[in-house]
Amino acid sequence: CLSLLSESDDGNFILQGTQVKDVVIKPEAPNTLLLDKHADYIAAYGSKKDDYEYTLSEYLRMSGIYWGLTVMDLMGQLSRMNREEIIEFIKSCQHDCGGISASTGHDPHLLYTLSAVQILSLYDSINVIDVDKVVDYVKGLQQEDGSFAGDKWGEIDTRFSFCAVATLALLGKLDVINMDKAVGFVLSCMNFDGGFGCRPGSESHAGQIYCCTGFLSITGQLHQVNADLLGWWLCERQLPSGGLNGRPEKLPDVCYSWWVLASLKIIGRIHWIDKAKLRSFILACQDEETGGFADRPGDMVDPFHTLFGVAGLSLLGDEQIKPVNPVFCMPEDVLQRIGLQPDLLN
Amino acid sequence: MCLFFYFRDRKEWADLEPVPQDDGPNPVVKIAYSEKFTDVFDMFRALLKNDEKSERAFALTAEAIELNAANYTVWHYRRVLLQALDKDLREEMKYITAIIEDQPKNYQVWHHRRMVVEWLNDPSEELQFVAEILSQDAKNYHAWQHRQWVMQEYKLWDGELEYVEELLEEDVRNNSAWNQRHFVISHTSGYSDSAILEREVQYTLKQIKKAPHNESAWNYLNGILQDGGLSSYPGLLEQVTELQDTCSSPYLTAFLVDLYEDALETNSSSYDQQETLNKALELCKLLAEEKDTIRREYWNYVSRSLQNTEYITDMLQV
Repeated sequence: CLSLLSESDDGNFILQGTQVKDVVIKPEAPNTLLLDKHADYIAAYGSKKDDYEYTLSEYLRMSGIYWGLTVMDLMGQLSRMNREEIIEFIKSCQHDCGGISASTGHDPHLLYTLSAVQILSLYDSINVIDVDKVVDYVKGLQQEDGSFAGDKWGEIDTRFSFCAVATLALLGKLDVINMDKAVGFVLSCMNFDGGFGCRPGSESHAGQIYCCTGFLSITGQLHQVNADLLGWWLCERQLPSGGLNGRPEKLPDVCYSWWVLASLKIIGRIHWIDKAKLRSFILACQDEETGGFADRPGDMVDPFHTLFGVAGLSLLGDEQIKPVNPVFCMPEDVLQRIGLQPDLLN
Repeated sequence: MCLFFYFRDRKEWADLEPVPQDDGPNPVVKIAYSEKFTDVFDMFRALLKNDEKSERAFALTAEAIELNAANYTVWHYRRVLLQALDKDLREEMKYITAIIEDQPKNYQVWHHRRMVVEWLNDPSEELQFVAEILSQDAKNYHAWQHRQWVMQEYKLWDGELEYVEELLEEDVRNNSAWNQRHFVISHTSGYSDSAILEREVQYTLKQIKKAPHNESAWNYLNGILQDGGLSSYPGLLEQVTELQDTCSSPYLTAFLVDLYEDALETNSSSYDQQETLNKALELCKLLAEEKDTIRREYWNYVSRSLQNTEYITDMLQV
């Protein structure tokens, strides 16, 4: 096979000829972990409240805060964040129906309800909100077929099945939903390749697989997964560069290093990934000047990819980072404090 | 509605020619955009607070969406207004069509379209529209979800297999198209008819000959034959082995390992068990050491599994 390199827009190279869609890591890419730079990046993020990008992402602010706090805690730097301000902010985001919104003046949604509960768990302050109402809100989103809507407008997605059980597990209230139906719906999203999509029949996708394996872990149903078949599909995500993609014939992205890696950890097959190669890909996604991680080497950084880069490195065993729980993407010590130890396969 | 009356438009300043700041295009654009953004969203927040249901509120949602189509609260409000003001949903279809064409990778826009289609109970434009979006990006995950929803909800299965084949002609590695193929057949004829299964096997092998290094095709082949078992499918081993000379790939080798594994697990009488085990182990070694080293841990695992199972004990007892 001829190897042809062509340059992509961002200055990376795409390997053609063998038709493997991938990036090529340049020799000058970062190869050591720059934790202090990342902590500085996150600590300063959002300090300029009128920054355009910050304003543009207001609609996901609660998740943005969760990403920032979690990565800071994993790096042992949580104290640099403004706990009181964040707790007050969360209180102002709980609506009468019990659901929590991304920010003040936005509508409640299951995604941001989970992020809020995760943040309050990190801060051991869950009772600043009305927990019973949160539970009612989540329960009310379960549909006839066991699936969960994201909010009152009815979008169905296995992401929301995960959000629902993760929220309830953190609150110790898993028993309020129809568990059999919830499990039944998620299993109906299992595909011929062993993966999962967002709804029955949807293409297998690493993000959805993380949500479904996470769901099955929390609900004690991992034995229903075909671990060898799914494990093979997941380790096939690793490209020659060492990075992981989300589905066949797509470029690698550092966030897939989390969705894929965490899924493999949950089903007991994380060793099927070439760890050294993945580590070097993740490190190459750092920005030495600004701190933070980008989706792939050379691109612009953001808090989302920063969390998943660091969390991925933690799963790979980096001792400078706290152990992270593969189901909840939260520090293990927080979950131990709560008393949550979701199943993982061997 | 004019919310930001730029100085350059004000008649008291008409005698002056604006001098753009020389920072390069981006910062200036960003600053202007930021001001308009704050302006529009301050107004949006005011309308929400008063729960105003008016034409001007409706018009403002369009301004807000233009600035940030991912803001789900704006879409909610727009839907509330569509109903409260009894707006023309056909016009709304035109509107959401334009928005999606501009920003096709956004959950909110597709969910909004679905709601309008449901309210109109009219899917007649959907397959055509999704096909158009897929022609720009044939793997758009949101587009495929919408397509599947429309087809299932309104039972629009006709012609889809042909459409999938067209897409695979354009890009035989399109995993979404392979998934759709499985989706269509599962919901129509199913795979239990042996004529249909054979058609699919031959179709897939043909695509593999065109592009042997194609994970999707191999996954599909494996997927449709799982129930029946790879080793017992007539002629399959021969056809795949034949491909080895011209179309070798790690996927082909992996498929052979799966086939041999199936022969061993089912204790198939058509296969010499010892020879099959040896071949399978040899291929695992080839993959681990040469052809697919990045997944050597997986191949070593398969090797160990092959050697540690019941049929080995059976073999030794003979």
